[in-house]
Amino acid sequence: MSGPPGLLLDGLLALLLLGLAAAVITSREPLRGVILFIAFGLLLALVWARLGAPDVALAEAAIGAGLSGALLLAAARDERGEAAQPSTGRPGTVLLALLAAGFGLVLAWALAASLPAADPVRLAGAVAEQLPRSGVTNPVTAVLLNFRAYDTLLELAVLLVALLGINALGAERPAYGPAPALLSGLAGWLVPLLLLTGAYLLWAGAHAPGGAFQAGALVAAAGVLLRLAGVRAAGLPAGLPLRLAAAGGVGLFLAVGLAVTLAGNAFLQYPADAAGLLILLIESAAVAAIAAALVIAFLGGEPERWSPPRDRSRSGEA
Amino acid sequence: MTDLLTLLLVGTGLLFYLAGSIGLLRLPDLYTRLHALTKADNLGLGLLVAGLALQAENPAAVLKLVLVWLLVLAASGTGAHLIARRARRGEDRP
Repeated sequence: MSGPPGLLLDGLLALLLLGLAAAVITSREPLRGVILFIAFGLLLALVWARLGAPDVALAEAAIGAGLSGALLLAAARDERGEAAQPSTGRPGTVLLALLAAGFGLVLAWALAASLPAADPVRLAGAVAEQLPRSGVTNPVTAVLLNFRAYDTLLELAVLLVALLGINALGAERPAYGPAPALLSGLAGWLVPLLLLTGAYLLWAGAHAPGGAFQAGALVAAAGVLLRLAGVRAAGLPAGLPLRLAAAGGVGLFLAVGLAVTLAGNAFLQYPADAAGLLILLIESAAVAAIAAALVIAFLGGEPERWSPPRDRSRSGEA
Repeated sequence: MTDLLTLLLVGTGLLFYLAGSIGLLRLPDLYTRLHALTKADNLGLGLLVAGLALQAENPAAVLKLVLVWLLVLAASGTGAHLIARRARRGEDRP
């Protein structure tokens, strides 16, 4: 859709987005700000879809609005227990505002400097040219998991480090009380649907918008829903399987990267005929790792089930 | 004919959204506001989906639209129940 009606819609979306952003920043009450932020994320997903970037739209809706929203809501819930302090006027706030303003200026300068470049570097053509050798037909997945696999490997490593940092914060948040029957019932049929959609996105990522991050976010959403419905462990496995799932994303990625070097290729340079399968393997492990990290972030500390039951009983005796 | 029907259905759906939004802003307490909001979700979205389904290219698209409606129905119904229940509990407490 283009022309006047499309322009009207885009203009309205842009104005709403700016308005919501201002409302999020100026909101005095944390809970109100979080809810506005979720609305902001959903609207931003719509904007990405309008810009023809369905992959980013999916990620924004699932991670930016959904999972981040759940994390922020949990944080707002924690804060309500403590004495709420007005956030304005503290010296840290001024410093943060200055840093954010500086960062914004740098971004604006970068945008202004890159726009008038006479012959901008266009990578899309190079990607399209090499796409047949990538093992997948979705250019986004080809870039993320093949051409720039190194970046994605490091992203998964960042996620793993974040998970270890969360574990270091202490035990998980106290569990929610038993949920009303209606919520348990909703979780009972939404969780299978979320897992099915996650599996579909993982599979579809090879040829259509989707992929490990979106799939992982949906699986994590199933965990968050289970937790809210009163399931203590939020569907996480216990002990070694949980640790394997959390570390498997980076582990399998590294293993594949090293294995291809044995065949004489560069690190992470997959042989063209096996690339599709290798990407699916890496992404499957990544889904488990991303989902585990996001659910543990929602738990807000080391999950009860992180250590094998055996270890815990031993430490209890000591 | 189909286009006219679509316009009629989507237009009626938008009316429900308008009424729901006005109700959300103007009604006096949480329960009545919830009532207004869920009308927009249930009937408004249902009418939108019905109108758009007439324009769908294949049955699969119709199924997806109906699935969206069913998911929103379940989620908004449960959400409204939870919000009302929580508010009710809060009132009981001194």
